[in-house]
Amino acid sequence: MGKNDQPVVSMSGITKRFLDVTANRDVSFQLHSGEICALLGENGAGKTTLMNILFGYYACDAGEIFIKGEKVNLSAPKDAISRGVGMIHQHFALVASQTVLENIVVGTASRKGIFLDLASARQALVRLQERFGLQIDPDARVWTLSVGEQQKVEILKALYRDVDILIMDEPTAVLAPAETSDLFNTLRSLVQEGRSVVFISHKLNEVMDISDRIVVLRAGEVVAERKTSETSARELANLMVGRELLESIEKTERAPGDPVLNIKKLNVLNDKKLAAIADLNLTVRQNEILGMAGISGNGQTELSEVLFGMRSPSQGVIEINERSLKLGNPAASIQSQMGRIPEDRIGTGLLMDLSVEENFILENHASAAFQAYGLMKSQKIHNFSDRLIKAYNIKTAGRDAITKSLSGGNLQKVMLARALAGEPSLIVASQPTRGLDVGAMEYIHQRLVEERQRGAGILLISDDLDEIFALSDRIVVLYEGKIMGEAPGATASREQIGLWMSGVMA
Amino acid sequence: MIRFRIIKRKPLPGWAKIVIPIAAILATLILAAIPILLAGGHLWKSYYYLFHGALGTRYNLLETFVKASPLLLTGLAVAFAFRAKFWNIGAEGQLLAGALAATVLGVNMGSIPPVLVLPVVIVGGFFAGGLWASIPALLKTKLKVDDVVSTLLLNYVMIHIMGALLFGPLQQPGSSWPRSSAIVEAACYPILMPRSRFHLGIIISFVAMLIIWFINKKTTFGYQAKAVGTNIRAAHFGGINTTSVILWTALISGGLAGLAGVGELCALQYRLIMDISPGYGYSGIVIAMLGNLHPVGVLFSSLFFSVIIVGAQTMSRMTGVPTYIAEVIQGMALMVMLIFLLFTEYKIKVQRK
Repeated sequence: MGKNDQPVVSMSGITKRFLDVTANRDVSFQLHSGEICALLGENGAGKTTLMNILFGYYACDAGEIFIKGEKVNLSAPKDAISRGVGMIHQHFALVASQTVLENIVVGTASRKGIFLDLASARQALVRLQERFGLQIDPDARVWTLSVGEQQKVEILKALYRDVDILIMDEPTAVLAPAETSDLFNTLRSLVQEGRSVVFISHKLNEVMDISDRIVVLRAGEVVAERKTSETSARELANLMVGRELLESIEKTERAPGDPVLNIKKLNVLNDKKLAAIADLNLTVRQNEILGMAGISGNGQTELSEVLFGMRSPSQGVIEINERSLKLGNPAASIQSQMGRIPEDRIGTGLLMDLSVEENFILENHASAAFQAYGLMKSQKIHNFSDRLIKAYNIKTAGRDAITKSLSGGNLQKVMLARALAGEPSLIVASQPTRGLDVGAMEYIHQRLVEERQRGAGILLISDDLDEIFALSDRIVVLYEGKIMGEAPGATASREQIGLWMSGVMA
Repeated sequence: MIRFRIIKRKPLPGWAKIVIPIAAILATLILAAIPILLAGGHLWKSYYYLFHGALGTRYNLLETFVKASPLLLTGLAVAFAFRAKFWNIGAEGQLLAGALAATVLGVNMGSIPPVLVLPVVIVGGFFAGGLWASIPALLKTKLKVDDVVSTLLLNYVMIHIMGALLFGPLQQPGSSWPRSSAIVEAACYPILMPRSRFHLGIIISFVAMLIIWFINKKTTFGYQAKAVGTNIRAAHFGGINTTSVILWTALISGGLAGLAGVGELCALQYRLIMDISPGYGYSGIVIAMLGNLHPVGVLFSSLFFSVIIVGAQTMSRMTGVPTYIAEVIQGMALMVMLIFLLFTEYKIKVQRK
C-alpha cells in the first residue's frame, strides 16, 4: 500500500445531499502516495460525487477533508488544483478549435508581459511527454484528435499543473481496448514516481487489472474496502450489487406465446459513430417480460431509440407481430402498436411545459379518435384524459395542469398511461423506474406485470438489478452492445448476472 | 453578508398570464415618467395628451386602428413563429416582400376583371412573404442554419432587392426618385368609414387574429406547432413531422407579415417607396413578446403600441416633449415585460450568511 503512513488524501464523514437524494452518506476515504485506488460501484452509487467533492466542484454538507496532512476547505476546483489534486471528467474540458499546446497552457501563468510564453511551455510539455510516453503533436488541433488522444491531452494538462493526485472518472468508457492498455501504462508510470491515482469505474476486469486497492460504494455508502491482491471479481460483483430485500410480486405462470418482437442482426452506431449495438438478435414473446440487464452506456439507450424510431440502425431488421417495422420513423413505431416508455422522461417522453392532457395525446393526436379534418375533438380528448387520470390514480390538479408541476412518480404514470392506453401487444420500457420512490416503483412494476397477464410482451431495459430480478421471465445481459448471456428469471444467480454485466465471461 | 440567489418558483396560476402584461404596462407608464420629466414635460399634461391624442377624437381613434393594423399583423407573424420556436426576426423583410409582390401585381393587373384584382394582390402578397420566410426555415431544417441570424440578414437582402428594383425595372417612368408607379384603382383597399383612413386591411388583420387563435386552439397543426416549440425531441418522439411543422409555420408567419406590407401599400401609399415600413417588422417582435405570444395578447399590445405612437404626436405638439418618447416607451415596455416574465419562473431568495 502506501510508501509512508500518512495518507495524501483523507476524507472522513463526508455527506452530500441533492434536494431529497443523499448521494454520499458518512463516507470515509483515504488515498496513499504511490497507489492506484479504484472506486467501484453501480451507476448512482456516489463515486463521482465523492470525487467532485475532493476536487472542490461540490461542497459537502458534512465531513472533513485533509490533503497532504493539511485540513482544507475547498470552494472551487482551483483550490484543489493548487494543492495538487486534478480530475479528468468523462466529458473533457478541451477547446476543440485550439491546439494541444494552447489547451495545456490555458489558465496557467506561463506568459511574458501580456503575451503567452509558448516557447518555454512547449519545452516543459515535451519534457513531460518524454517522461511519461504521452506522444501527441503539440500543434495538432484538438478536434483532429481521437478520444484516446484527447484524454492524453487532459492528463498532460493535469501534469503540467503539477498535479500529483489524479482522479479519473470512468476513463475507459470512451476508449478502444488498445487505448485502454496505453492508458494503464501511463497510470502505472505515474504512480511509480510517487503520484497517486483514483480510478472510478464499474468494470471489474479493469479494476482488478490496474488498481492496488479497491473501495466499493453502494447507494452512497462505503460497503467494503479490499486489497486487489486479496479479492476476486466474483466477490466484488457481490459487494457492488448487494443483496437487498426484494419486493415480492405475484406472478402467475404463463407459457410464452407468439413472438411480438423479433430483432435480427441489428447494428447501431452511437453519436460518435462507434458501434453501440453489434449483431444483436433478440425475441420477445407474448406473456413474457424479457429483462435486459446491464450497466448503462452499453448500448441500451441506442437500442431503445431504434425501437422508438428516434435513431436509424446501420443494419438489421425489426419485426413487430411478425411485420417488419419501418426504421428511423417514430410515427411507424407508434403505429406498430408498441407501448413506448423512453428512459429520458423530461427530455424525450414529455412536454413539460404543456398540460397533462396535451401529453396524453402526444402519440395519437393525429388518429381518427382525436381529430377529424385537422380539428381536435376536444370533448373526446377531455374524456380520454379524465379516464386516464382516474385509472392510473395520477396526482394532479386536473387534465389542464402544467405537466412540470407533477412529481417524478406521477410524470412516469402519465407516460405509462399513454403507452398502455391502446393495449399494446409489445411494450418497450427503458429504465421505467429510474429515480422514483419505492411506492411509485411498485405501482409501475405491478402495472407491467398486469400487462404481461393481459398477453403483452415486454422488453424491460434496466440497470437496476433488483427490478430485473423482480419482474423478468427471462434475463439477458447487454455488454458493449452484445448479449453476454441469457438466463431464466426464476433461477438466474445475481452473481452470474453481475459478472456478465461487468464483462466477465464465466 | 446578505446574498441574493435566483431560484425557480412553482408554476403560477392561469390568471397570472392576464395580470402580468397589464402590470407591465402600468409599470412602463410609471417608469416613462422619468424621461418625460427629463425632457421638461409636465407629467399629467403629457399623459393626458398622449391618450387624448390617440383616443380622444373620432379621427384619432380611427388613426390608432390604422396604425395598429400592420403592428397586429407583424406581431401575429412573430408570435406564431416563436410559438413553434422558429425564431423569425425577419418580419420586416417578409413585409417588404409582400409589398413588393403587391406592387408588381397591383401595377400590372389592369386587364383582369376588377373584382379579382384585390384577391390576387392579397394572396400574392401573402405568399411572397411566406416564401421569403420559408428560405430560412428550409436552411434551419435541412442544414441547421441558425434561424435568428438568417431571418435577420434576409431583411437586408430584401431591402436591397427592393432598392435595386425601385431604381430599375419598377421605377416609375420619368421619375428620378426610387418609387414605383401607382397601383391600379381596383387594387386599392376600400375605405370603410367616411372622413378617415379606416380601411379593409384593418378588418383583414382582425380576421387574421381570429384565424390564428383558432389554429392555435382548435387544430392538430396548432397542437403540433406548440409541441415542436416546447420540446422538439419529444414532438419527434410523438411522431410529429417536425420539419413540415416548421416549414408551414414559416409560411404562415411570413404570409402574415406579407399582408402587413400589402396593407401599407394598398391602403396608404398606393405605390412602393423605400420607407414603406418604419420598422413594423421589428416592432412586431416586441409586440409578440409583450402579448405573451397569444393572439389576443398581441391584439392588445399592438393597440397599446399604436396608442403610444399616435398619441405621442399630439403630446409632442402640446407639451414639447419630443415624439421619440414613443420609442423610449416601446423599448421600456419590452424590458419591463421580459423582467416580469422572468419572475413568473424565478424568484429572488435573500440569504444571510
